[in-house]
Amino acid sequence: MSVNGKPKFAMYWAASCGGCEIAVLNIHEKILDVDANFEVVFWPVAMDAKYKDVEAMPDEAITLTLFNGGIRNTENEAMAHLMRRKSKILVAFGSCACAGCIPGLANLSTREQIFEAVYEGVSTDNPTGIRPDFQWAAPEGNLHIPEFYPVLKTLDQVVAVDYYMPGCPPESHQIGAVVDLVIQALQGKATLPPTGSVIGAGTSTVCDECPRIRNVKTIQHFTRIQQLAAIDPNLCLLEQGIPCNGPATRSGCGALCPRAGAQCIGCYGSSDGTLDFGARLMTAFASVIEGKEPAEIERVLDTLPDPVGQFYRFSLAHSMLRAAPVVLEEEEQYATHHH
Amino acid sequence: MNDTFEPVIIGFTCNWCSYRAADLAGTARVKYPPNIRLIRLMCSGRLDPTFVLKALTSGADGVLITGCHPGECHYLEQNYKTLRRYLMLRRVLTQMGIEPERIKLVWASAAEGVKLAQEITDMVEQIRALGPFKSRYPLPLNPPEVAHVQPTAERGTA
Ligand code: SF4
Ligand code: SF4
Ligand code: SF4
Ligand code: FES
Repeated sequence: MSVNGKPKFAMYWAASCGGCEIAVLNIHEKILDVDANFEVVFWPVAMDAKYKDVEAMPDEAITLTLFNGGIRNTENEAMAHLMRRKSKILVAFGSCACAGCIPGLANLSTREQIFEAVYEGVSTDNPTGIRPDFQWAAPEGNLHIPEFYPVLKTLDQVVAVDYYMPGCPPESHQIGAVVDLVIQALQGKATLPPTGSVIGAGTSTVCDECPRIRNVKTIQHFTRIQQLAAIDPNLCLLEQGIPCNGPATRSGCGALCPRAGAQCIGCYGSSDGTLDFGARLMTAFASVIEGKEPAEIERVLDTLPDPVGQFYRFSLAHSMLRAAPVVLEEEEQYATHHH
Repeated sequence: MNDTFEPVIIGFTCNWCSYRAADLAGTARVKYPPNIRLIRLMCSGRLDPTFVLKALTSGADGVLITGCHPGECHYLEQNYKTLRRYLMLRRVLTQMGIEPERIKLVWASAAEGVKLAQEITDMVEQIRALGPFKSRYPLPLNPPEVAHVQPTAERGTA
């Protein structure tokens, strides 16, 4: 297959927004290093290639695959298995592949609720309520479109993953550093970290990278950032009542958002040693919330109207609960029907 | 709900109060149902919400959190943090569509063996009425071990 003997590179998107692809292109002149050191064999967003081309490759023919997006349907899952088989190094690239990200928040809703919102929601003009059919007997033969799963899964919930690269999307300088590392490793000048490692990020928290001052001040209510007339430029946002997810979020971005005056919403996922992002964040928030009486505390919590969205914005699909039990029940039924 | 259903409840206790209360209930032969498995922490403030989620996703039908009465925590104010975590967890569970009654917070001093036994008995009945919490957490949090060969220059260019 190889025309020039270079190691092969692939990038694939499953249930994703395209931002991760842009982030890779955004590594500027480093993209030339990718081109100089790799033969790009499959990258639907950037080049024309067919699934059958990948299928025809020998197993492990691709040295490095960056896989972004979650597993939402049959096509995503089939591609996850295919890319796993064909790749030596499979990287869960970006928050969607690592932890479910925003698409994972759909794990709060059943398929019916999702379809209702999508095909009959306020922004949709669909008077006859048309819904997709996953199979259709057309005169020319049976047509199939990928079947929508009840639950969004992360990449490592369907195949083994070598590395995790968090971020929504991963920061360009971090992508550049990982590309460098892989190239060095291919040349025998560096060794790759152990399988299962998080790469292109730090090990501690965004708070550790954040220059804002903390005064161990407690707060009486949370405020949406856009409702504040002014934000103190030097003080910790959480202590100003803005629900900042920095205490639970993995470092690596350089505390981009709090530096720019916006709260960290947690896109780099859990820091080292944390099993459940939301649990870690609840622990952190418990230390800053004021109140010793249940009613007093409840009043503070009333100002966080979407607790799951706050505590699991990027991590629900990879949390311990994963999805609403009613959604998991659907998944179980789906699995028994299809296996 | 189900005649044969015996709820499994994980109970987190504080070394200085509720653990002793449970002990006292035992030595005083106060009866409480065997459905609860007690785990001792040094203080209720050690209760990480991860423990509760881990219990629920590992087969528990309910989780009881106990600690010293407000103002009596041996580490000053840790039990207030526990209270806040508990109230946050309830909200998360509710939004996920899980009955918040599956978790319960009880303050019990070392002398309150009878009270604790009664709270345990009540909780077992409440969870029995709710039915089992079907844990569907078969997926690994961490990827399965893979014997993947790390690329070397030779492999990479092979
Ligand atoms: S991680 Fe963020 S940028 Fe990447 S595909 Fe998902 S939503 Fe888009
Ligand atoms: S909570 Fe947010 S603003 Fe405060 S130190 Fe941490 S990252 Fe910075
Ligand atoms: S500050 Fe938080 S939300 Fe912003 S880029 Fe960093 S990890 Fe993501
Ligand atoms: S010592 Fe008992 S709750 Fe802190």
